[in-house]
Parts: sequence; C-alpha cells; structure tokens
Amino acid sequence: MSAKDTTVSSTVDLAEVFKESGVQDVLRELDEELIGLAPVKDRIRETAALLLVDQARRDMGLATETPTLHMSFTGNPGTGKTTVALKMADLLHRLGYVRKGHLVTVTRDDLVGQYIGHTAPKTKEVLKKAMGGVLFIDEAYYLYRPENERDYGQEAIEILLQVMENNRDDLVVILAGYGDRMDRFFQSNPGFRSRIAHHIEFPDYSDDELVQISEKMLDDQNYVLSKGAKAALKEYIDLRRKQPHFANARSIRNALDRARLRQANRLFKTAKGPLNAEQLSTIGEEDIRPSRVFRGGLDVDRRPEGDRA
Amino acid sequence: MRLTQGTFSFLPDFTDEDIRLQAQYAIDQGWAVSVEYTDDPHPKNSYWEMWGHPMFDNPDAAAVVFEVNECRKEHGGKYIRVIAFDSTPGWESIRMSFIANRPAEEPGFKLIRQECEGRTVRYTIQSYASDRPEGHRYA
Repeated sequence: MSAKDTTVSSTVDLAEVFKESGVQDVLRELDEELIGLAPVKDRIRETAALLLVDQARRDMGLATETPTLHMSFTGNPGTGKTTVALKMADLLHRLGYVRKGHLVTVTRDDLVGQYIGHTAPKTKEVLKKAMGGVLFIDEAYYLYRPENERDYGQEAIEILLQVMENNRDDLVVILAGYGDRMDRFFQSNPGFRSRIAHHIEFPDYSDDELVQISEKMLDDQNYVLSKGAKAALKEYIDLRRKQPHFANARSIRNALDRARLRQANRLFKTAKGPLNAEQLSTIGEEDIRPSRVFRGGLDVDRRPEGDRA
Repeated sequence: MRLTQGTFSFLPDFTDEDIRLQAQYAIDQGWAVSVEYTDDPHPKNSYWEMWGHPMFDNPDAAAVVFEVNECRKEHGGKYIRVIAFDSTPGWESIRMSFIANRPAEEPGFKLIRQECEGRTVRYTIQSYASDRPEGHRYA
C-alpha cells in the first residue's frame, strides 16, 4: 500500500476533511448530550475515523468497496442504545454513507407477519422505508424463536440477511438488545455475526452518572432539584439498582416523572396564594421520598395511590 | 419498433442509477412513486397492472429501484414503468411517468384503415403482440 501511496499525486488533508464533513459537530453533541458511556463514545470516534479515512481512500481510488457498516448495540435496558443509534444515523449521513440519514425503529412485530405469506411483504415494506437511512431493530433476538420451528421469524431473518448483503449501499442495519441474549442470537444465526462489522457494548451507568443524567433531564424541562432532593435521589438510585427491572436511565426518567407528579400534587394541596417560578420548578425532597423504592420496592404490595415505584 | 410513451422515452434505456435519480426527484417533490407493468402497450391503455402499493412514505428512491428489480424478476419480459402521483389539491394526477423496462423484442403496432362511406377512412392501431392472449405476448 505504501508503494501505491507514493504514486498518487494528490494528497488529502484529513483535518480539513474532518472539519468539512461536520462529523465534529455530531461527536461534540454526543459528548455533551450523553453522560458517561466512555467506551461507546470511543468506539464511535474510532468508527468515524475509519469511515473518514476510507472515504479519503476511495476518493483517491485506493479502495472501491463500501465497507460493511451493519452494527450491533448490546447493553442493558436504558443505556442509551436508541439515542446513540439516532446519532449514528446522523454521523453516517454526514459522512455520506447513507443518503437520507433517517432512523427507522422496529421490533419483531413490525417485521414478522401473523400468517403464511404475510412476513415477506411486511419485512420488505419496513426495509424499503429504511432505505437511505438506518434500520434499528430493537430486541433483535425475538426474531429467532428456536422453540417453534414454524415460526415466521426465520423468514424475516432470511430477507434481512439478503438485503443486508445485496443493498449494502442503501441501508445500514443496527441490531440492539441485551448482551447475553444477543450473543445467543448470533450463535444460532452465524449469518448475522459475519455480516456485522461493529459490535458496540453499552455499559451500565454508575450512580454518579445517573444523578448527572437526572439533573440534565430535569434541566431540559426547566426543573431543578433542591439539595435535599438530590441526596434523596442518590439514595433512591442506590436502592433502585438492587431491585428487579432496573432499567438505568429509563428507570430514572420514570422516577422523575413521578416526582413531578407528586410535586404538582403537593403544590396543589399546600399552596396558599400565588406561586413563583422557583416554587413551580423546584423538586423537593418530599417529592422523592414517598417512592415505594424506599420501602423495599416491588415486594411491597401494589398500592392504589399514585406512588408506585 | 421502440415504444415511446411518457417522459424520457426517446433517450437510451435507463440504468438503475438513472431510475433512482429520477425517482428521487419525484419523492423530493412530495409525489408518491409506484411501479406498474403491462403487456398491452397500446397508448390508450392508461391502466397498467400495479406492482405493489404506491410508495407513500419511503424517503429514499433505493426502494423504488428495489421494487423495479423485484418486478423485473417476475415480469422481465413486459413493459415496466415508474409513475409519480401528485396528491396536491388541484392536481391529483400523474406528474411523471417513464418506462423502466421493455421486452427484448418490440414488434410494434399494426395500422388498420377502415374505409367508410364516401372517402372517409378510420384509422386504428393495434399491437402485433396483443394478438396473443395476455401473459403470452412477449416471449
């Protein structure tokens, strides 16, 4: 390759290409908007660099094939897979690897039909919609149901594989799901494994990161946490993590939604006279403490009041 | 005889890339693109068979090329056209229509002159291919 390099007269200024492509903006957004996820951000930066160099090589006639861009995102629920997929679509669009850069999110239901002959048109319809963009298949392992050999999921998988191979220029497929189940899925569908170049793992958030995330979520909606509320939230996160069905940032978002509900109720009940902006936008400790999580969580019987955790 | 109907029909046959670019133009205008085929290419036959539904919500024309190629697999020996429908009030009709596939051999049309009373002559054209039943017209 080095010999070839010397024969090419034109040169490429990678820094310039990088600036022009607007990739920098996407990476910066990624850094600013997403808290934590350091390994994911590293992988995306690496991928962006690879694609940029690849494009420069293609411009010089050194490479001809479109690289395989299909990816798998594995990680626990609520770790930001869909959000990153959106950014990824934007990134690929700016780099010129997909023409439109839209993201089509689907699950098994959108791909697999209910009776014979229903699956192929359904899958093709979805694939057509995703062309020019990114197809994000959430919980992809549900496509494969080994316990039912007449399951139509297999048909969807075959069409997917075919399009992933033949229409590589037209769309990028991202498969997402929990780590262990995705591993099993790939083991039983080796065709997928070999067609996917980038496996990105999403780590769980640490407690501090979750606190930061909740502050950011609230900030976006013009709410603030009082000091006591922040301490309560830290405690909440620690307790919630140990309870079943913990879904990282999603659990936190739900908790905050309920805290807002309690805050509204509290204001209604206690407010005497007009409220100012600060009162309307402060979430206090008393809005977080009533959560069921502090009383042992899901093992406590469901209560009809609005304090389900 | 080479069939000339719709847009671009005096140009050489379109490649897939040409089809994609034209269809993308139509999509960008907000028109719904669909694929149709027929083996009865009489110019007055405006209702061709539909290949699937019109594509209302596909932002990218790669889907159109995909469908044209799917249609070619099944009806490669017939005429296939891509049409773009404009649903804007006041228009609600086809904005663009071009042939994307044609049979290997196009026998053309026979001109029939019907002599009527006086010196009146009525003309009609008939595709040589349409002598045979539907589905057997182009080898």
